[in-house]
Amino acid sequence: MARQRHWLEHPVTQNFLVPILAVVLSFSVGAIFIAIVGQNPIEVYYVLFSQTLGNEYGIGQLLFKTTPLIFTGLSVAICFKAGLFNIGAEGQLQIGAFLTALVGMYTFGVPAYLEVPLLILAGMVGGGIWGFIPGYLKAKTGAHEVINTIMLNFVALALVSYFATNLFNVPATVHTPPIAPSGKIPRFDAFLSGFEGSPVNFSIFIAIAACIFVWYYVQRTKLGYELRVVGLNSKAAEYGGISVAKNLILSMTIGGALAGLVGTNYVMGYKYYFEEGFSAETGFMAIAVALLGNNNPFGVILAALLFGMLEYGGLVINTMVPKELVNILQAIVIIFVISSNKIFRKTLNNFLKTRRLSIEQ
Amino acid sequence: MIGQIFSLAFLAQTIRISVPYALASLGGVYSERGGVVNIALEGIILNGAFCTAVGTYYTGSPLVGILCGVAGGLFTALIHAIVSINIKADQIISGIAINLFAVGITKFVLGILFHSSSNSARIRGLPHIYLGFIEHQRDVAHLLGNPMVLGTIAIVIASQVILFKTRFGLRLRSVGENPEAADTVGISVNRYRYYGVLISGALAGLAGAWLAFDQHSFTDGMSAGRGYIALAAMIVGKWNPLGAAAACLLFGLAESLQIQSQGGALPTQFIQMIPYVATIVVLAGFIGKAVAPGADGVPYEKEK
Repeated sequence: MARQRHWLEHPVTQNFLVPILAVVLSFSVGAIFIAIVGQNPIEVYYVLFSQTLGNEYGIGQLLFKTTPLIFTGLSVAICFKAGLFNIGAEGQLQIGAFLTALVGMYTFGVPAYLEVPLLILAGMVGGGIWGFIPGYLKAKTGAHEVINTIMLNFVALALVSYFATNLFNVPATVHTPPIAPSGKIPRFDAFLSGFEGSPVNFSIFIAIAACIFVWYYVQRTKLGYELRVVGLNSKAAEYGGISVAKNLILSMTIGGALAGLVGTNYVMGYKYYFEEGFSAETGFMAIAVALLGNNNPFGVILAALLFGMLEYGGLVINTMVPKELVNILQAIVIIFVISSNKIFRKTLNNFLKTRRLSIEQ
Repeated sequence: MIGQIFSLAFLAQTIRISVPYALASLGGVYSERGGVVNIALEGIILNGAFCTAVGTYYTGSPLVGILCGVAGGLFTALIHAIVSINIKADQIISGIAINLFAVGITKFVLGILFHSSSNSARIRGLPHIYLGFIEHQRDVAHLLGNPMVLGTIAIVIASQVILFKTRFGLRLRSVGENPEAADTVGISVNRYRYYGVLISGALAGLAGAWLAFDQHSFTDGMSAGRGYIALAAMIVGKWNPLGAAAACLLFGLAESLQIQSQGGALPTQFIQMIPYVATIVVLAGFIGKAVAPGADGVPYEKEK
């Protein structure tokens, strides 16, 4: 007779339990830091939550910070599924967003129904190229994608810095001229007055669409199946007739294209130009988002919401504690997630096993 | 023209830039030779610089400052060691988390201690050793007489000997190359991996100390990607102390050439790219082969 599994033993339960536990633990450690500054942790956390979730403006800010985290989180997650570690989302999003702005500034007069897809495509192509390079190098020379993506981040930052300050900039600024008006993505506050002033825009729906795409691609298509097999066991995949090289290159390219979509939020939906230094390490935060979201597209949305809240929340609590508290919280979440994946699951399963044994006896 | 560029001042500039690279890069070599990938170098440098500034500021003694910097580096590396060696979690993610943590904690404490989100109060620099023969070139003499410059050169040479000519070095390399075999002959894999990571913490902490003394203060985010350049130099130098140091010198040379030519020949951004592009090229195998230690980044699970 098949024995009943304790509900806590179910992997899906644990997939939820581990991140929640990690978040609770990191907030607890954060409380210690708050107390050190001489503030009341409960008060600070109350302000953090009420100012970000309690009104439409806060929610708008939160969603604006969430959108790029969804794109880059998905980018990291899909590469994870293929067994690749994409630390290059930062570089990919820079090149993608820059290309979006570049195409946008030279395509005045194109109608919106062509211009918007064109600019989205430009971002995907830019990010895709920047993902393709480490994918190709990994497939053809075996060069480790972790090091290459780190290095390419810096190359990308230097490149866009050169372009945005020397070649394509508005004189005496570090940003490009504006994109064609038909390429703009509307903001929420154009329709809903409650969001007045917050930069959230309709690119968040592109992010949600991207989530559905990634889920469908990975779980429901033949290519996605191949990608997962390569990620689980590349030797077995090769033996089973799946081209590992093709899948490495493809997943890094798709990952890059997803990160390249960040430009929709900032360039098309907010500032309408590319600016040097517009992304505050989103690409690195993406790794935490993917981890916390357990590399699941819908988990990524939840994790991105949390990190988006923290990012905006830092500004809200800045008068009470230094806003860097949220960086500390984010770092601790990551450490707890990777540690509890190893420790917590093992301990919990051992505990349940011994308890069952003692009950059965 | 050429003579002007390759002057003593130019040499001093190159050394000034290369010293922190070299220290951190050597740290990377120790850690990775022992089998632990150390992306946390960046965060260790930052914490090292911060602790140095705080230590020097409150005691007025640069020596205490250096010790604080090393202690800060050791502590940061200890987190990385626990997470990657004991818990056996992903070393790369651990490194990234530590880098985030360092950015957060240094700014957080900076606000508390110095009521500023950008920099600490001014601190004293290191005293220098008197070098009579070039004392007329004040800046150069101060730099070449800096005990940390001489110390770095000594550490580079000593590291090459330690790694390849001593029992300690052999053991460290063995746990990074083939931990199963090392374990079989009775070498404690975990202990040697700890040595590797902690040495890297101390060295990258020193790199941070250099930065703090060089700018006479701690400034927010002052590691400025140096940990990653150190990582790049380690790879270009093929995980050898001398090679890594040479790569650091090369990167430093390119940077000071840029400073000397004042954006003449090439835009700054292209000079900045050199270390990163060099690393990609070397890793791809276009210039000889760069092979990481066999078990680099792989947690060691002892068989029961």
